[in-house]
Amino acid sequence: MINWIISHLWLIPSVPLAMALAVLSLTNSQQRLAAGLAVAGQVAALLLSLGAFAATLPTPGYRALQNFTWFTFGEQALRLGFVLDPLTAVMLVMITFVSLWIFVFSIGYMAEDAHFTRFFAYLSFFSAAMLGVVIANSLLFLFISWELVGLASYLLIGFWIHKPSAAAAAKKAFITTRIGDIGFFIGMLWLYGRSGTLLFYDGGKGALESAALLSLGPAATWIALLIFCGAAGKSGQFPLHVWLPDAMEGPTPVSALIHAATMVAAGVFLVARVYPLFSLGEIHGVTTSLSVVVWIGVVTALMSALIALAQADIKRILAYSTVSQLGLMMVSLGVGGVAAGIMHLLAHGFFKALLFLGSGSVIHGCHDEQDIRKMGGLRRLMPITFFAYAIGMMALSGVPLFFSGAWTKEEILHATSLWKASHLPHYLMLLGVVLTALYMTRQMIHVFFGPKGGASNHAHESSPVMTMPLVVLATCAIVFSLVLTPAWPWLHSYLSGERPVLNWSLLITPALYVSLALVVIGIGLGVLIYRGGGETDPVERALPQVFRFLENRMWLDELYDWTVLALARFAARLSDFLDRYLWDGLFRLGSTLVGFFGSLTKGFDERAINSGVNEATNWARGLGRGIARGHSGQVQTYLGAIAIAMVALFIFYAWLT
Amino acid sequence: MTPTLQLFLIISAALFCIGLLAALSRRHAIFILIGIEMMLAAAGLNFIAFWRFGPQPAPPTGVLITIFAIAIAAAEAAVGLALVIAVYRRFRTTNIDEIDELRG
Repeated sequence: MINWIISHLWLIPSVPLAMALAVLSLTNSQQRLAAGLAVAGQVAALLLSLGAFAATLPTPGYRALQNFTWFTFGEQALRLGFVLDPLTAVMLVMITFVSLWIFVFSIGYMAEDAHFTRFFAYLSFFSAAMLGVVIANSLLFLFISWELVGLASYLLIGFWIHKPSAAAAAKKAFITTRIGDIGFFIGMLWLYGRSGTLLFYDGGKGALESAALLSLGPAATWIALLIFCGAAGKSGQFPLHVWLPDAMEGPTPVSALIHAATMVAAGVFLVARVYPLFSLGEIHGVTTSLSVVVWIGVVTALMSALIALAQADIKRILAYSTVSQLGLMMVSLGVGGVAAGIMHLLAHGFFKALLFLGSGSVIHGCHDEQDIRKMGGLRRLMPITFFAYAIGMMALSGVPLFFSGAWTKEEILHATSLWKASHLPHYLMLLGVVLTALYMTRQMIHVFFGPKGGASNHAHESSPVMTMPLVVLATCAIVFSLVLTPAWPWLHSYLSGERPVLNWSLLITPALYVSLALVVIGIGLGVLIYRGGGETDPVERALPQVFRFLENRMWLDELYDWTVLALARFAARLSDFLDRYLWDGLFRLGSTLVGFFGSLTKGFDERAINSGVNEATNWARGLGRGIARGHSGQVQTYLGAIAIAMVALFIFYAWLT
Repeated sequence: MTPTLQLFLIISAALFCIGLLAALSRRHAIFILIGIEMMLAAAGLNFIAFWRFGPQPAPPTGVLITIFAIAIAAAEAAVGLALVIAVYRRFRTTNIDEIDELRG
């Protein structure tokens, strides 16, 4: 059975894809069937993924490949393939598991939407594309799935297409990620040109294996950076992060899917997948490309954590929190903590999905109100949501011991402290942890504590179909930490291909006190600052300019508007002008000339050739008429003619002789 | 006046010309038929004359050809008359001028 799954790895993305197509063909009234099919597809994918996961368990560093030739051109063969290794396996399980609960949640959340079935088709498609990214053993196949993820995100962010802001956000997401993908694409071509293969692993001949890597030489740095452009676009790294917060325009389950399980994970996953390219030629774990990854990650993490402090939209805060966490993961990958980064990605997948679904439940309960300043006191009205959300918040903030996020964060901090190039990222990440706790506390206080706001008057707890996923994911956010602790670092060992060692003495380490202190500072500060509540933010009162700066997202959107977009607009206007006046004028001149020659040849044709032919035909017609006149039909005339001819012949004969 | 070849030839030529004239000038189909018969008779006369004034003794080829010609002429007259009747039935006239079906 397990062997069968390994050799049929392609089934995992195919099942949701087939379900997406099936659901797409249903009518809007077949809601139950649509949701059933989509969920069934996810369940099937989850079971297959679990099978694949089980296959990787017995052998540390397990890797199964399945390469095949897509097509041959000339002497080159384009080969694709699937790979199953610990990285793929955990991603498969996380994606299918989290997606499944998001699907279930959507049944309740989207129940009254007119395009319910279409929504489920897109969701299935999204998850299928992401599964394709994960199982790819070829950069090309990964890229194809990658672009499908982009398409799916476009469709889903712009799902409420009648809202101009949603349409704009969908466009923005698509175009911004596309900018990164150009880099990715060039990097891919470069890699193919240098190594002649796009397969990651191919029994020693793959692009990520030592022979090909050695042939790359210094170009590897550039290729890695170009590929990182794509990853930065998808994972919302500075300066391509601007689309992620806007992607909140989509329905909340979509935000959960994008921010937790699928899209943003793709960038981090990509860097982890092609990590050998980044780490080629390392000196004490430092390379140029990895340093770029670290610093981009640091800037992203801090900047978005600060911006999150000044946002009022419940989903936007979570969005910036995602950007910040992704920055943290990038930092982790950059400093060499690949396993730590992926562990945080997985843990983040669980608790961020939980937080987004929780916010969805809140929004649903408050009748589509998203402004946290208008909420308040929901603790009593929505108890299940509150508890789930609180667990998510504590996991995200990194409250030690019981929550998964804490362990992975600790591991990342540990990895940054070991980085040889600089200690600055380590301290900045410590600051990031404080900020995370701070903005999450702010959100909790605004939404669930304090006096009732305008929007929470008629709030009610959501239906079980929505709260059940919350409970499941909240449980996961806690239970998941069992395999993360330093005492039994099962996941870490699994990812790096070692055997886990149980050592209880490592459970309580100095790092634990450090992170405990940081979280306490963060939450304590938050409680101190935001306890008062009220319409205006305390920070706004104290530092109005700073708050304004953060609230407007550091004016980055405006900056892009004035620079990149202004340039694009100028180019558009310039080409419009050129098109209208220069090219059009030239074109008109050309067409006039052609017209002139046309009339010239027309005249020649009519006057010379046509009239000649007319003359000839007229002459032939006259001749014919003349001859026809002789054929009068009078037999006697004919006879007379014969007689005259006879006489003439006689005379001729007589004259001859 | 002794009968000579020239005399017969002149008579025959005259007969032929009269027949031709009749065939060309008359408007009634029957008369045209008669003209044609006269031309045939002129031809027969020529055969007889050339045989009679040729070297003697000779096989009676001229007479035989003439007899055949007369027999064929009789048949031809019958066919011609039948044609005239058919033409009359078709066109309700025997005036040759009004029949120009052969016009090109």
